[in-house]
Amino acid sequence: MVADTSSTKNISLTLRVWRQAGPQAEGSFVNYKATDLNPNMSFLELLDVINDDLERRNEEPIAFAHDCREGICGTCSLVIDGKPHGPHDGIASCQTYVRSFKDGDVIVVEPYRAEPFPIQKDLITDRSSFDTIQQAGGFISVRTGSACDANANPIPKEHADLAMDAAACIGCGACVAACKNSSAMLFVGAKVSQFALLPQGQPERDSRVLNMVAKMDELGFGNCSNQYECSAACPKLISHDFIAKLNKEYIGATVRSAFKP
Amino acid sequence: MATLNSNIPPGDLPEKWSTYKANMKLVNPANKRKYKVIVVGAGLAGGSTAATMAELGYRVDCFVFHDSPRRAHSIAAQGGINAAKNYQNDGDSVYRLFYDTVKGGDYRSRESNVHRLAEVSANIIDQCVAQGVPFAREYGGLLANRSFGGAQVSRTFYARGQTGQQLLLGAYSALSKMIGSGGVKLHANSEMLELVLVDGQAKGIIVRDLITGEVTKHAADCVVMATGGYGNVFNLSTYARNSNATAAWRAYKKGACFANPCYTQIHPTCIPVSGDYQSKLTLMSESLRNDGRIWVPKKAVDCEKDPNDIPEEDRDYYLERIYPSFGNLAPRDVASRAAKRMCDEGRGVGPTKLGVYLDFSDAINRLGADTVRTRYGNLFDIYKEITNESAYETPMRIFPAVHYTMGGLWVDYNLMSNVPGLFVLGEANFSDHGANRLGASALMQGLADGYFVAPYTVGNYLATQKPGSTPSTDDPAFKEATDKVNEMTQRLLNTRGKETVAHFHKRLGKIMWDHCGMARTKEGLEEALKLIPALREEFWANVNVPGSDKSLNQALEKAGRLADFLELGELMCRDALTREESCGGHFREEYQHPDGECLRDDENFAHVAAWEYQGEGTVPNRLTEDLNYETVKMSTRSYK
Repeated sequence: MVADTSSTKNISLTLRVWRQAGPQAEGSFVNYKATDLNPNMSFLELLDVINDDLERRNEEPIAFAHDCREGICGTCSLVIDGKPHGPHDGIASCQTYVRSFKDGDVIVVEPYRAEPFPIQKDLITDRSSFDTIQQAGGFISVRTGSACDANANPIPKEHADLAMDAAACIGCGACVAACKNSSAMLFVGAKVSQFALLPQGQPERDSRVLNMVAKMDELGFGNCSNQYECSAACPKLISHDFIAKLNKEYIGATVRSAFKP
Repeated sequence: MATLNSNIPPGDLPEKWSTYKANMKLVNPANKRKYKVIVVGAGLAGGSTAATMAELGYRVDCFVFHDSPRRAHSIAAQGGINAAKNYQNDGDSVYRLFYDTVKGGDYRSRESNVHRLAEVSANIIDQCVAQGVPFAREYGGLLANRSFGGAQVSRTFYARGQTGQQLLLGAYSALSKMIGSGGVKLHANSEMLELVLVDGQAKGIIVRDLITGEVTKHAADCVVMATGGYGNVFNLSTYARNSNATAAWRAYKKGACFANPCYTQIHPTCIPVSGDYQSKLTLMSESLRNDGRIWVPKKAVDCEKDPNDIPEEDRDYYLERIYPSFGNLAPRDVASRAAKRMCDEGRGVGPTKLGVYLDFSDAINRLGADTVRTRYGNLFDIYKEITNESAYETPMRIFPAVHYTMGGLWVDYNLMSNVPGLFVLGEANFSDHGANRLGASALMQGLADGYFVAPYTVGNYLATQKPGSTPSTDDPAFKEATDKVNEMTQRLLNTRGKETVAHFHKRLGKIMWDHCGMARTKEGLEEALKLIPALREEFWANVNVPGSDKSLNQALEKAGRLADFLELGELMCRDALTREESCGGHFREEYQHPDGECLRDDENFAHVAAWEYQGEGTVPNRLTEDLNYETVKMSTRSYK
């Protein structure tokens, strides 16, 4: 499946793509053959080429979510041969290149399959539930203009670095798509951990984790059963250690809230 | 004809903003909730202003065409954000940041705006740290800084190579809090397609829901647009694929003047184009120029060779040679043009010969591969993913690419356009960067506008509006604007031609790059002014947009955006043709010093050119706002 990356010869591929006209419509796989592909073409550019051909034939192009095409906006969300974001670790769908495939490969392209991310059309899903979780507590309350000098609170470098590891999440939802329980605990754990590691995050530390987890449960995301498919699929390689951290934060906050002064 | 009053407050430059703020009109707390503010866009500028206005008590409706506010393209900024903190004790100050920015903009920006930007820069860092933005730190726990092009101090704050992401997520978290508490109503997947004026004031917008296709009317007491730049007019750029000029362009056609559209930034360090299927260009952060050395072979015959086989004496480190005091950290416009000159001389490298080397071998010898990996590892990884080459072993190949637009809707000191009640923030306005933007200044401007300027100036405007006088969407102006949107949609769907939107976009991009790119000439621009209207005509006669307007239709979205680019491109060329000088990112080959540097004409062009729409098929009016330099002396910009 993962081809010799030094190949420079143009190749042909068949894409087996999930087509679904709308949220309620029935979907099915449709085959598209693409020939004479430069191996340096990105996977999304391959979809562009197929779409250009469809539009020329007055057929509706394949709807797929994309924007920055450099792996940071979190918009693209393809499941390629059963793996969210495709065959390689630590990158998003948009950073997958044709050179990763062999001449003649048949590649299955699907949307995320997770109940909290309903399909809108073809390969596009509604991930607004992530925003809803964030709104429940994924912030530090600081009114504009009320901050103290930025160097007033020195933060040990290792804490800042670890907070940055967690903050690198791009909110793409691959963790949920990869999980058999559709758990969002890697996403929530990353945000909770980022703020719990910083002095600025302390005042709301308990309410944050309790509210975000409650919202996550309410929205139908499942629980973690410790198989870590999430971090394996994560384009930013966010560590599942942050799930452990989330559990620790949650237990601590639950106990403390039982003994509230 | 529109009038351009910059409304720069009186007083000495350093006192202007504080004195002005102290004398602004206020809205009493109980009245604030009677005002509704529409914010279009939720990148750094839009997200921060929507959150802040809501914190103040105004009712805010925020519209984004993305599925989430966290997707705005501010997220892709890599290198950093400038602030005059002087934490490094290396002689930085508000004045020096102000001066560097004015000089970096080639003396084509407004002094008063730039000074205010430098003043509030320090507050931005405070705000972001308080929000939990994990900036890079030193072992002692204090904030770290790095250097960026166009400055001789270290004033750039950063979060690995993902500074834009972290700042955007900071603004997004503030916005999320206000959405959760009901202060902001978020409209995701909602694209602004018309601005609505009631009695000459901006009072609403018309929006298409990109999922359902529904077109809806929204009224407010004022409209704040923070809709980003228009670099995708070139088709290939470092912009996100969906970045577009539609909101700004529709506002222009409603009377908002478009200022300096020809000022585009070509970033010197991007990965070269590899084929014509290409959909975007990827930036390699300017921070790489801290340690990377840029060179081309001295002899054209060496260009085919493996760069590692070219001995030191046969390499031309041309930036170090031509600009000894700034070297590889020369500003973007200067570095880009120098790369172009090298390629024009036949000394470009790579399969297309449109590339120069960015070489880290010295840095690796000096610091070790591990240190280089710590500093730039993620960028080297991106480079490897795209090109399949390791920059640890062989020099990167880079070439300039369209990256930012300094031009935008004209705004006064209050960031209000000439249409009363229409505020424009961030990259969408023209205000702070003159003819060239320095690195790490876009994030600074977006957040300055959003957190620290607009919340004051918008409030000052709202205080002039009667509380509770928000117009009804039954006003005929809303119906008229809705009809216009529907009419254009039907026209696009009913053309049923033979060519795709992408086909026309590529052709427009080529015209723009060839004639209105890094170097421009009178003949080239005149040629483009013939080619673009012809292409536009062909587009409207022969485009094919499949599908319907009643559901998610990405072809329709792209078609509408391209239709606007096909008009904006013409205006850019017109502006470039009229500006008979070279300055910053605008380089006219006829106007250069013997050494190839920009030759400004301060006598005739020390002004902002703002274009006023006059209807389809009519040449727009060119209005001017004189730029008066009271503090900085205009001089030839030199980085030698």
